[in-house]
Amino acid sequence: MVDLWDGLVQAAWLVLSLDAELADIALRSLYVTLTALLIACAIAFPLAAFLAVRRFRWRRTVIAILNALMGLPPVVVGLVVYVLLSRSGPFGVLGLLFTPTAMIIAQVLILVPLIASIAHQSLRDLWQEYHDLLISLNVTQTQKMRTLLWDARRALLTAALAGFGRGIGEVGAIMIVGGNIDNVTRVLTTAIALETGKGAFALALALGFVLIGLTIVVNLTIHWLGQTEREGRW
Amino acid sequence: MVSALFPLHVDQAETRRRGKRLVGPIDMHLTGTGATVIIGPNGSGKTTLLSLLHGTTRLHAGTIRWQVSTEAARAAQCFVFQRPILLRRSVADNIAYPLRLRGVGRAAALARANEWAERVGLGDMADRPAPMLSGGEQQKLALARALITDPDVLFLDEPCAALDGRAMRDIEGILQAEKAKGTHLILSTHDMGQARRLADEVIFMCGGQVVEHAPATTFFEAPGTPQARAFLNGDIVE
Repeated sequence: MVDLWDGLVQAAWLVLSLDAELADIALRSLYVTLTALLIACAIAFPLAAFLAVRRFRWRRTVIAILNALMGLPPVVVGLVVYVLLSRSGPFGVLGLLFTPTAMIIAQVLILVPLIASIAHQSLRDLWQEYHDLLISLNVTQTQKMRTLLWDARRALLTAALAGFGRGIGEVGAIMIVGGNIDNVTRVLTTAIALETGKGAFALALALGFVLIGLTIVVNLTIHWLGQTEREGRW
Repeated sequence: MVSALFPLHVDQAETRRRGKRLVGPIDMHLTGTGATVIIGPNGSGKTTLLSLLHGTTRLHAGTIRWQVSTEAARAAQCFVFQRPILLRRSVADNIAYPLRLRGVGRAAALARANEWAERVGLGDMADRPAPMLSGGEQQKLALARALITDPDVLFLDEPCAALDGRAMRDIEGILQAEKAKGTHLILSTHDMGQARRLADEVIFMCGGQVVEHAPATTFFEAPGTPQARAFLNGDIVE
């Protein structure tokens, strides 16, 4: 209990004193996850819309696989990206291993199936609702997908927030491909793992509370910007 | 003025689901003047016939031939559903949607949409989210959204099924105005009063078949088949 209390006090102190190192790793956490989230959404939303409106032979299989990949173990993703980016790997020449870019790549791989699956659920329901009207209006596939994506935007926001939650709290993959290098690839989660390993529980807890606070702030901001939960809106 | 789409020839048309024939074989000939009203008991295939003519139900046998290409015919038609399907957008955005699909700019489309909202009596609700409207208002919105593209043919599937007298009167007023403008209406209805008020010709359906196709006055005064006579008398026809 004393550790928890110490952690809270230290967290408050770190935030109030605008600790430079804390700011550095917190911002890097945000940078890595938000960039990965943006890229993942750009891939996952059109993919989800495509799967909702297009009938093709392996559609059900693709959806089932996508759903299964939601539970993709980050450590394994990290390992695969590590092998691909390592000196002897196919993308070794790019020299990306142990950089924030490598961490972003790993997170995109983890986030795409998750966001696409959640987005697909709501787009599929909306497509059922709109089907007769859009068929009657003779819309093209692209118009169909754009209509669904726009009208389901609030559901997509939820999918994106779920993705953010997974990304910001993720440690397995970015630890492997990032290497937790001080000032280069250290982020909140890897710092917590390190401090815990060193036995500095109070500092680890402090970083943990900062991480939770950050997640809440980002979620609230997005909800406020998206004006969700207002009357008559979607 | 009769649209270039007509006359419409339907020849031995039928549609099936899982091997079971839903509607057909149907032979008919529509000249495209005034309003064609389809009546018949529940499950007689009125909705299926409408969507078959509109081209949204698969034609398994026979032909449906407009005087123009299928594509041009589809572009000149609109369909109003029994239960209005509303986009999760504002009233004005809903009405403007078909124009936006056709590449009209947002400002111009919204201006036209506001005009139409005014015309169907939704003028002061243009900015409201569409799903918050009442049943009658939703159907008026669907009607405005169908009419904004100025279709030659308007299909309506029991447009007033769940509406009260006033909403029905408003909607029939809009339909009469469209009819006077030369739009051909093809609507199904359960309401004999509405059928009498709107119809120029009547198609009576039963069991997926067209039992009788006659001018409205002939049909209502001297129906030619025993089923139609029974239906008009309020007997249960199956």
